[in-house]
Amino acid sequence: MILNCTGLHKHFGALRAVDDVTLTVAAGARHALIGPNGAGKSTLFKLITGLLRPDAGRVELAGRDVTRETEVRRCRLGMSQTLQHASLFPSMTAAENIALAVQRHTGGRIRPVPRRQPHVHDRAAQLLARVGLADRGRVQVAALSHGERKQLELALALACDPRLLLLDEPAAGMSTAERTHLAALITDLPASVTVLFVEHDLDLVFELADTVTALHLGKILTTGTPQHIRASDAVRRAYLGTADREELFR
Amino acid sequence: MDGQPAGDAEERSAATDAERRSMAREAEPRPRGQETAQRPVGPEAEGRPVGREAQPRSVARTARHGPLLPAGLAAAVVAGLAAAPLFLAPFATTTLTRILVFALLAVSLDLLVGVSGLPSLGHAAYFGAGAYAAGWISIHTTSAVPLPLLAGAATGALAAAATGWVAVRAHGVYFLMLTLALGELLHQLAQTWDSVTGGANGMAAIPSAELGGEPLRLAGYVYWYVLAAALLGFLTLWLVARSPYGAALRGIRDNEPRMRALGYPTRIYKYAAFVLAGAVAGAAGGLLAAQERLVTPADLGFTTAALALLAVVIGGAGSLWGAALGAALVILVRDVIGPDLDGHGTLLLGVVFIAVVYLLPRGAAGLVRRRGR
Ligand SMILES: Nc1ncnc2c1ncn2[C@@H]1O[C@H](COP(=O)(O)OP(=O)(O)OP(=O)(O)O)[C@@H](O)[C@H]1O
Ligand SMILES: [Mg+2]
Repeated sequence: MILNCTGLHKHFGALRAVDDVTLTVAAGARHALIGPNGAGKSTLFKLITGLLRPDAGRVELAGRDVTRETEVRRCRLGMSQTLQHASLFPSMTAAENIALAVQRHTGGRIRPVPRRQPHVHDRAAQLLARVGLADRGRVQVAALSHGERKQLELALALACDPRLLLLDEPAAGMSTAERTHLAALITDLPASVTVLFVEHDLDLVFELADTVTALHLGKILTTGTPQHIRASDAVRRAYLGTADREELFR
Repeated sequence: MDGQPAGDAEERSAATDAERRSMAREAEPRPRGQETAQRPVGPEAEGRPVGREAQPRSVARTARHGPLLPAGLAAAVVAGLAAAPLFLAPFATTTLTRILVFALLAVSLDLLVGVSGLPSLGHAAYFGAGAYAAGWISIHTTSAVPLPLLAGAATGALAAAATGWVAVRAHGVYFLMLTLALGELLHQLAQTWDSVTGGANGMAAIPSAELGGEPLRLAGYVYWYVLAAALLGFLTLWLVARSPYGAALRGIRDNEPRMRALGYPTRIYKYAAFVLAGAVAGAAGGLLAAQERLVTPADLGFTTAALALLAVVIGGAGSLWGAALGAALVILVRDVIGPDLDGHGTLLLGVVFIAVVYLLPRGAAGLVRRRGR
């Protein structure tokens, strides 16, 4: 198990955004997290990567308790995340954005003296190409489209060489072509990278995921194979009240 | 877990879906800096805080004039500065010396404000601490170059190290207030610690700096000493700003939460920048002691700190050389034009400041769109 969450709670006032969540993710899995708006998916992600502290519960990465580790440390231990709303460095170009992430994880200490860093540049260029931004490196972040920012966000997360990659709605705001590219990219990731992702586009979920967890009102409804999720009444009810299966899963 | 008891959950589903949806949207937390990431550029970029650059730079332009032009320009400026005392009257030379000292302070502050996004209103404290230390060493031990200067830098660094750990935990306006308070604290200390600082009268009769046993008495020699030291300070800051560490500082300025999520221990990075800026400010203080040969509590007071910040903003935060230019303007207005205005120099500075903010939202440095960040 690469990730073990046990009894996680996060409350905002009276709102139980994450309410006793126990979740395990197998190494190498393509694990999807689904649920209606406000289910607590993004909050759960932040508890896992350390952007938020849980009120109770435990997070283990590859058997190591990281509940008390900061997000900085968790990143160094091999977790990285893309946020639902792209969070980048607005005064910089796409290439400078990615170089910041790369220099931290490739080749040694961050030094206070200027130096040529060919390996950083190569790796940055390679990552940009991988997410489909090969010729956009010199463009300011502010001038990138919404979809391109999401791609850059993904490149930043990949630059951290994660063992566990968490993607929060990676396809939101992307064009159909960008979506296809993204799906191929995730499929092509080596098995050494475990992917946990939130996605509202269920076609994409069923295309990519080998395991799906459904979350509703902060609680896990069910976990299982895509077939199991398609057949689950609880999931259908959570999404559509009592609507019928056909509408949800075409 | 399909059949979980869901009493509470059931109750909450009573809230309509639409309600919950809009709630989710409104309450979605946005870590600091996220909004800026999504905000389109345009006129509203003017309203952003000091130190943010947002306008897209023209890529084509950057490509055209490689590194040669700036390097040639820098060489010409250095040559001009080195030759200046040969052509200037002593008074003008002294003013130029003052500009260099103040420019070093302003550029060190720009490392905080413009590069790291830490708007300090207490930076003069480290400048003053360095000046007192250099003066004290000169009076009681030796004024042989570069010992007072080194004492100034070390004291500035120490003072920054002692106070910075608290300061870098605060953000934005809280950082501003905290540094203001820390600055006032050191200011008070300088005023009350009579036996060392000379209290409100200041530390007077500091001996001239000595080079090879000879005191530097002529304005021109003092100038060259200050110029050499200041250039060294500028170079240090410039190298740091262009290094991978400098890039990380700009990342922290733009979006600190994201930097942390990328594995950067941002507080330590900011602390190191704070101490380095304190050291350079302390060195500038050491130069002040050598030049004025008098240090008063005003040198580490609010006015000095505010003028330094003014210089950074006028020059265009983040470019370093812009801050030096801003410092020149501030000193010229205060010391050269000001006396002709019956002490209304400060007023004129205020007008200049307002004009700059309106006409040049990115400061003087904004006039030259370059890649240098
Ligand atoms: N910082 C916060 N303060 C208060 N309430 C919050 C905070 N963050 C999230 N919430 C609330 O917690 C609940 C879960 O939010 P979360 O963002 O995790 O949902 P989500 O499943 O990611 O939804 P979406 O599909 O819309 O992204 C929502 O009701 C949200 O309003
Ligand atoms: Mg979400």
